[in-house]
Amino acid sequence: MSILVNKNTRLIVQGITGREGMFHAEQMIAYGTNVVGGVTPGKGGQWSVGVPVFDSVRDAVRATEANTSIIYVPAAFSPDAIMEAVDAGISLVICITEGIPTLDMVKVRAYVDQSDARLIGPNCPGLITPGQAKVGIMPGHIHIPGNVGVVSRSGTLTYEVVAALTARGIGQSTAVGIGGDPIIGSTFIDILQLFEEDPETEQVVMIGEIGGTDEEEAARFIRDHMTKPVTGFIAGQTAPPGKRMGHAGAIISGGKGTAAEKVQALEAAGVRMAKQPTDIAELVAANIGR
Amino acid sequence: MNLHEYQSKRIFAQYGIPIPRGEVASTPTEAREIAGKLGGKVVVKSQVLVGGRGKAGGIKLAVDKDDAEEKAKAILGMDIKGLTVKRVLVDEAADIKDEIYLGLVIDRARRRVVMMGSSEGGVDIEEVAATMPDKIVKVAIDPCIGFRSYQAMDLATALGIPKELTRSFGQIASGLYTAFVENDATLAEINPLVVTGDGKLLAVDGKMSIDDNALYRHKALADLRDPSEEDPYEVEARRFDLSYVKLDGNIGCMVNGAGLSMATMDMIKLYGGAPANFLDIGGGATAERVAAALRIILSDQNVKTVLINIFGGITRCDEVARGIVVALGEVGVTTPMVVRLVGTNEAEGRAILADAKMDPATTLAEAAQKAVAASKA
Repeated sequence: MSILVNKNTRLIVQGITGREGMFHAEQMIAYGTNVVGGVTPGKGGQWSVGVPVFDSVRDAVRATEANTSIIYVPAAFSPDAIMEAVDAGISLVICITEGIPTLDMVKVRAYVDQSDARLIGPNCPGLITPGQAKVGIMPGHIHIPGNVGVVSRSGTLTYEVVAALTARGIGQSTAVGIGGDPIIGSTFIDILQLFEEDPETEQVVMIGEIGGTDEEEAARFIRDHMTKPVTGFIAGQTAPPGKRMGHAGAIISGGKGTAAEKVQALEAAGVRMAKQPTDIAELVAANIGR
Repeated sequence: MNLHEYQSKRIFAQYGIPIPRGEVASTPTEAREIAGKLGGKVVVKSQVLVGGRGKAGGIKLAVDKDDAEEKAKAILGMDIKGLTVKRVLVDEAADIKDEIYLGLVIDRARRRVVMMGSSEGGVDIEEVAATMPDKIVKVAIDPCIGFRSYQAMDLATALGIPKELTRSFGQIASGLYTAFVENDATLAEINPLVVTGDGKLLAVDGKMSIDDNALYRHKALADLRDPSEEDPYEVEARRFDLSYVKLDGNIGCMVNGAGLSMATMDMIKLYGGAPANFLDIGGGATAERVAAALRIILSDQNVKTVLINIFGGITRCDEVARGIVVALGEVGVTTPMVVRLVGTNEAEGRAILADAKMDPATTLAEAAQKAVAASKA
């Protein structure tokens, strides 16, 4: 088992004829992900990287019974792409795109919340269930199947941690990048809950960063609802206030959202916090077989 | 992107929010002319993108046009928190009876635009939030429904707005929300919103921040960006689509990915060093972008050593290595560098750098330790 994506995932790629979409569609297929089609308005009837292209998500769903969609379209068109996927009945939508205006995401999130669909991202690397499905842009080869769930706001920092786990022979059930924007579809709590309910996941690694209060809310959830051990790390302990650190959401504003506050909240909730990302694998290893 | 007070207030005025009469001057003579036209007392206000202008002496009251010229002379050219004052706003002085705070932000936890009001106007709202949180009233706005008049009434009541002014207050609050949404703001505040002696509401000071990600659809706002108000390195970095933030330390950092960049800085600190910057070259960076990144890092005089940490996914280590070689060829560097290349095409990348005098590292911890040691040599 795993969460969200697996062998039964039937994936379509929105923006499949674009440079990014085509490249990553190929990579995902090479990994073994069941990519059943793609969508580019106006290019329906063509083929791209060996799968059929449709004009709309609705057409694609009708023809392929797709249940998951990944979005690689420019920021200006992404809000529409997300809502189109939700409207067409896709139950899991992953948006990789960076740079969507925040007020657009306020509306998109309100729309998604009214549906049964789940959104991951935007501005995220996607998610992977090793050996089954890679729905994202992460290097597949650094992952191996196993029992550690990984959830993170970051991309490359997560690869770093996953690679260290794999180097120790510790596999992952699913690794989810939830994204670095101020308003995202699924938060830490949403994913932690899925890991808690997943019988194959034995423990969880959670990688947060400065900005917002998602980690603090996750801490409350962990304290009240999680039985599985959680190991954590917060990036940005040296970040100055008032400056955006790359991610649109990584900013300490009004003295709120500091790494110290988040570390404290998570520690108080019983999370083992790593001082540096390279310590995570060791802390995880110590939990195995307990 | 932050807007100046005068720019923010001009936008507010377009949405029916009353602002004082006034104009912008860049010389004392201009300030005198504006004051003459306005007649009576004026306020001369420095236009720089930092808080605490008043405390720094950047806002002064003038009794007439001669005085306005004198005050402008004192303020123009003045240094406020590292920024030189190049413009002053000369506004008609308001007869202040009462001061209110009214602002809009995007509340991340509620995923809504939230209007905040406080009867404690004229002071820093963060200070009010810290010391008297019960003095702040908040109203969350549904993005699909918008700001409703009952919400304005609720705020007016909570803020103790006089009955005869509630209608005017409602128009201001609603105008501020429309201005916020139509301009893709991340912050819009009127502080203070003044109740004048003759019983009117007036937005005496204002501030707006615009979402950088939305500037593509606000050409006129994007043109307001004033690079001379920003760190020159950050301006240069933006030209190459790099995320760069200048810091005080001496270890230059070049990393791919925001989270890994922050974690690399944290590691440097943990091992007793100090990062000179945050720099994320982004995903799939080209050699050209990498070269620009290295040039920007090396133009910082504080930098004693550079730490390059690349975890290749879509970013290819050979492409990064080529960019490093290009930059080194251009600037002829003697600065010691520690480089860690892992992931996609790492062997090719290392081969390209074999001839460059760089200290290779395998793990992040090793890289951080070596860079810290070099920064203290």
